Amino acid sequence: MKYILMMNAKKSDFEAYARWSKQDLQANVAFMRSFTKELKDSGVFVASEGLSWPHEAKLVRAGSKGEPITDGVFPESKEFLAGYWIIDVEGPEQAYGIAARLSQGRGTEGRTGSMSVEVRQVLSGHSDLGL
Amino acid sequence: MNSPASVIPFERSLRELAPQVLGVVARRFRDFSSAEDAVQEAMLAAFRQWPQEGIPENPRAWLIRVASRRMTDMVRSEIARRERETAMTTVEEPAIEAKEDVEADIEAVMDPEDSLVLLFMCCHPALSASSAIALTLRAVGGLTTAEIANAFLVPEATMAQRISRAKQSIKASNVGFRLPAPQERRERLPTVLRVLYLIFSEGYASSIGAQLQRLDLAREAIRLTRSAMVLLPEDVEIAGVLALMLLTDARRTARAGPDGELIPLDKQDRSQWDRAEIAEGTQLLTLALSKGAVGLYQLQAAIAAVHDEAARAQDTDWPQILALYELLRRVSPNPMVTLNQAVAAAMVHGPARGLELLQPLDNDDRLSSHYRLDAVRAHLFEMLGDFEKAVQHYRGAAAGTTSLPEQNYLIAQAARLEEARDKPTPIFP
Repeated sequence: MKYILMMNAKKSDFEAYARWSKQDLQANVAFMRSFTKELKDSGVFVASEGLSWPHEAKLVRAGSKGEPITDGVFPESKEFLAGYWIIDVEGPEQAYGIAARLSQGRGTEGRTGSMSVEVRQVLSGHSDLGL
Repeated sequence: MNSPASVIPFERSLRELAPQVLGVVARRFRDFSSAEDAVQEAMLAAFRQWPQEGIPENPRAWLIRVASRRMTDMVRSEIARRERETAMTTVEEPAIEAKEDVEADIEAVMDPEDSLVLLFMCCHPALSASSAIALTLRAVGGLTTAEIANAFLVPEATMAQRISRAKQSIKASNVGFRLPAPQERRERLPTVLRVLYLIFSEGYASSIGAQLQRLDLAREAIRLTRSAMVLLPEDVEIAGVLALMLLTDARRTARAGPDGELIPLDKQDRSQWDRAEIAEGTQLLTLALSKGAVGLYQLQAAIAAVHDEAARAQDTDWPQILALYELLRRVSPNPMVTLNQAVAAAMVHGPARGLELLQPLDNDDRLSSHYRLDAVRAHLFEMLGDFEKAVQHYRGAAAGTTSLPEQNYLIAQAARLEEARDKPTPIFP
């Protein structure tokens, strides 16, 4: 079963991260790298991407002639996707375990973190409705 | 050599040869894990070279030679590594002398038992289902890592890691390269059958609107189960599994429309069902049932056979299906069986009876929040003519499924009933 683990954060969280100490940032990068390597080594890794920060994010809608109308004013409470991992595991418990490891990640001053990770199952092309 | 017609049998015969070659090499070098890697490399070399240089006169001998050479190289570099590490001049040479016997191996008649030893090894109870499936497909099925990765839509490196870790677990459990004793074999056969059936259902379930280049896992599972049946003729449940696969696979092309939309059993064009598969499955099942000891797979195969033999949906012998589900419930009581039994009961005694049977499932943790419970309820309320409740349950099921084709199907069912709500025409008034 495939699951996506999504790291979401508010704009202010991104700004706070930008003020982390050099040591904390290095530790965080090292953690992310080893986390992804662990997923690869254990044979569950499917895909992963990090996203650019939300400062240039735009909401796009089609206008009456189909032209793009962009809007970039977001409420402060809005959460943005910062990055994701897709994993292929035996079941939800394994996915939650991996998400918890990601959540613990790295915080500031060498402490473990506790950010929330959104876990959703990826739709499959399967059907076993018994047809 | 390059026409598609000749490429297919060449690949097929390579796959058939893989477990035979692996058996010989693993036995000789007493190292299943490395031998499996060596054979995989020999297979890849064959894929590269044979199309250009032609198929060797004795393909099996060619593969054994290449794989053994690879093993010898690995043993040599392992010795060199240990020498460097320990700076010792005398290091035992575990298997290097084995090289001399390669020619004797090539002459030896193949041991059909090897494939069976491999099958039991790959379906080791210490492995998770996904690891056992991947390893079985590579070591017994002779598929490449890339093909397996493609079938499961994961990166090749991930599949390679999964296989390598599975082999580490097997190594750690210290199983020798030998057939388990009859008693142990009986105990472990259900795991083997489960792995084979999981390979089949992975292939069957994902074949809706599937891209053609994806490996046909259902066919591979049928091939592997066929050879397992030849090797274990006294175990009738293998025949049951094979019959179930064939009787299900027969309906494959009929159950999806041109855009990959699901077509339920009662709406399928039955002229598309594969008559040859139905005939073979039925014959296998009849033979298995005559030998007594009716198992789980035989009962499910029997239910599939009853569906398959009905020329039209309305000709389906539902009382017989209901009786078979009752037997299945006794052999293997589980909520999924109750769910299916409720559908059969509804077809025999009316939807109210079916809904009644579903009630206890609300208190069953394994199923109470499962979308299939909603899907069946929706269907039964529709039969009853209560479209409002049916729509509600179809939508509940759509929200719960993790399958895209199913979600589309369930939403479409709800939409269809919503339109028809003003003019209900109950099937069972």
